[in-house]
Amino acid sequence: MTTNVDAIVIGGGIHGCSTTLHLCLAGLRPVLIEKDYAGRHASGVNAGGVRQLARHIPEIPLSIRSMGIWERINDLLDDDCSFESYGQVLVAENEEELAVCRARVAELNALGFIHEELIDAAELRRLVPAVAETCPGGVVSRRDGAANPAQTTTAFRRKAQQLGATVREGVAATNIRYSDGLWSVDVGTESFAAPVLVNAAGAWAGRIAADLGEPVPVETVAPMLMITSRVPHFIDPVVILRGRKLSFKQFKNGTVLIGGGHLATPYQDRNETVLDWKSLATSAQTVFELFPVMRSATIVRAWAGIEAKMKDDIPVFGPSSRHRGLYHQFGFSLHGFQLGPGAGAVMAELIVNGGTQTRIGDLGIDRFHPSTL
Amino acid sequence: MSVAPKREDYDVVVIGAGPAGLAAAATSASAGLTTLMLDENIGPGGQVFRAISSTPVTDRDQLGADYWVGADLVQALRAGNAEVIHRATVWSLDRNLDIAVSIGGASAFVKAKRVILATGALERPFPIPGWTLPGVMTAGAAQTMLKSSALVPDGRTVIAGQGPLLWLLAAQILRLGGRIDRILDTTERGNYFAALPHAFAFLTSPYFAKGLAMMREVKAKVQVVSGVTELAAAGDGQLASVTYVAGGKRETIPADLLLLHQGVVPNVNLAMSAGVEHRWDDLQLCWSPVLDASGNSSVSGIAIAGDGAGIGGANAAVVRGRIAARAAVEALAPASAVRLPAMATLRSDLAKAERGRVFLDTLFRPAPQFRIPSGDTIVCRCEEVTAKDVLDSVAIGATGPNQLKAYRRTGMGPCQGRLCGLTVTELMAQARGKTPQEIGYYRLRAPVKPITLAELAAVPKSEADVKAVVRG
Repeated sequence: MTTNVDAIVIGGGIHGCSTTLHLCLAGLRPVLIEKDYAGRHASGVNAGGVRQLARHIPEIPLSIRSMGIWERINDLLDDDCSFESYGQVLVAENEEELAVCRARVAELNALGFIHEELIDAAELRRLVPAVAETCPGGVVSRRDGAANPAQTTTAFRRKAQQLGATVREGVAATNIRYSDGLWSVDVGTESFAAPVLVNAAGAWAGRIAADLGEPVPVETVAPMLMITSRVPHFIDPVVILRGRKLSFKQFKNGTVLIGGGHLATPYQDRNETVLDWKSLATSAQTVFELFPVMRSATIVRAWAGIEAKMKDDIPVFGPSSRHRGLYHQFGFSLHGFQLGPGAGAVMAELIVNGGTQTRIGDLGIDRFHPSTL
Repeated sequence: MSVAPKREDYDVVVIGAGPAGLAAAATSASAGLTTLMLDENIGPGGQVFRAISSTPVTDRDQLGADYWVGADLVQALRAGNAEVIHRATVWSLDRNLDIAVSIGGASAFVKAKRVILATGALERPFPIPGWTLPGVMTAGAAQTMLKSSALVPDGRTVIAGQGPLLWLLAAQILRLGGRIDRILDTTERGNYFAALPHAFAFLTSPYFAKGLAMMREVKAKVQVVSGVTELAAAGDGQLASVTYVAGGKRETIPADLLLLHQGVVPNVNLAMSAGVEHRWDDLQLCWSPVLDASGNSSVSGIAIAGDGAGIGGANAAVVRGRIAARAAVEALAPASAVRLPAMATLRSDLAKAERGRVFLDTLFRPAPQFRIPSGDTIVCRCEEVTAKDVLDSVAIGATGPNQLKAYRRTGMGPCQGRLCGLTVTELMAQARGKTPQEIGYYRLRAPVKPITLAELAAVPKSEADVKAVVRG
């Protein structure tokens, strides 16, 4: 039996859930299909960074749009998502790195973006007292922060459901097809049909795009994270390094999350990853050098989430270049969590209004396939 | 002094030096396979033969003849060429059979062609009101002190729960001159009837006569209250009293020490973190790995022997260790396998050792009220999460243990679910009207035991990573 809905969203990550919610807010009746459960992969197990800092320029407008939603996330979701805003700080470990920071901030200012601010050694020490004294400064984005990723993704899913979205978890969308202006998919024994299909399937989205004739240069990756036992409170902002792969965040309960993009080996079809401890050891060594206070902490757990990474490191976002009613929202390349709320809002505008005020033109799939529409 | 593994690659790595591990490593080494035995304790024996080479208890009757069987196993291992490292904590094992092990504060990596996990059992959580109070401990912890240091309780002591280990511990405490004021037996009355059809096998098993004698020995010296249906510990920052209900009558008795025990369950953390498939065992009420007749798991190259493969007791563990090792020999050095006992012989030994198990499992199946707590009773000790907290999270959308982590951090503390996992699964299953199999378990990840950041920072890096760092 086929159920007719207004839109079919494939993928229960933060992007699929956010788009589903915003479609509901616009008065549509969408269905959300997730083969595991909402937040099972990267959206639920990432570092939770809510970061405008150090983004690729083409996605900055989307990031800024998103930041405004994050700051009122409780109004949207009736859930605070454990969002907190102590800023994010990029640390330059030497003068050469600081020079790169200076140039970057100048470039952003010239483009009219003011969220990144160059800071000197004194301000760096004020924000991050525990950092090694040799660091000459860095960049801060003061409105940035962090949230609990699984809590956030679940909250989007729950709110969408409350507003009338149909949610199917634990069954994959199969047999995606288009005819007579309608997209149809099978979900177990059910079928859904709608004029709109959103491909937000994360690490699985590249296959869907390719099957629909729009292959893109994407790979599946699994960035690793590890968390420590509780240590006395010593740091508020999220810290990332300019020159080395490291991100660093202490939670209220004292545990410290260490990330930075070292990769595990993904086994996508088994929903599994195998960790690379020798790479995690590199992160541990960096923390050891930079934050002496951390040396006696213990590593309690390490993990990795499966996600899609584009060759050019920016997402595929916007309408298909081949099919009417098809929209892509994937390939966020290790930095999609903060974009989720804004991307869902913009995607709903694209679907409902046919356009958006937020500048997303450089993110389209037409950068790989000139439009045939 | 700590000794790192001598090689980077082994034919067989055996993890755990209890009955199964000792037997597996001895078998594997005797067939000429390069064999590494990694064990967390200071000497061989695991839990059941703890301190077998070093116990200060010299009167053999006090610990019982079964205990001293361990000495023969240790001798067999020492007679061979297996490399044995104690105080070695394996903190990571993956499906490529890469093993990370911490020895004396330094970590090393080794690779195996076959891994035999013999990580044994853990005591089942016993989440009653007050179970986290100082003065309440598990019977197993008490037995550890007894075996390794000949320490027995001398304050007002209550033992509560059920199962063979409970009676064994009580007998051992009494023989060593320790004090027990009362034993509260929580075995459900209905279990006796349920177990009856399986009684014949048990009557003909070696456990029967020994078990009966031990219970008689204890009952002659201690007041035993049977049919206990409710149990709570109380005290202000320290255990002061134990309250129980038996036969509809409530009684409170003063106590300095409460020893709790309601059976053991497989220690699954390392196997699960390696990706080994597990299933809910509805009789033993725990997760057990899915294994073939030779102990091979769903991950190619990883076999599991001993109680980690499903609770079977020490005698069965020894045989399962031999079977898993023989299977490894057949795979890696088939010519040497002919010198080992035939697989058919081993399987018939196993059937004999497992005789009576269903009776014990049925008789000592813990009652729901002692497995599935309610209200303010703590479920997760590390994060102090109560049963009510778990149910509240279910109400706002937590569908399984992994989603619950996001709301309550259950299972994310230092114990990594060892003390709360079964409780959380059963509690959520009950709340959602699902089976434990449907609810699932925590996805467990390495490190399976915590390691210090400093230790991890000191491990050798791969060349690619060093380059990545230089390049920035």
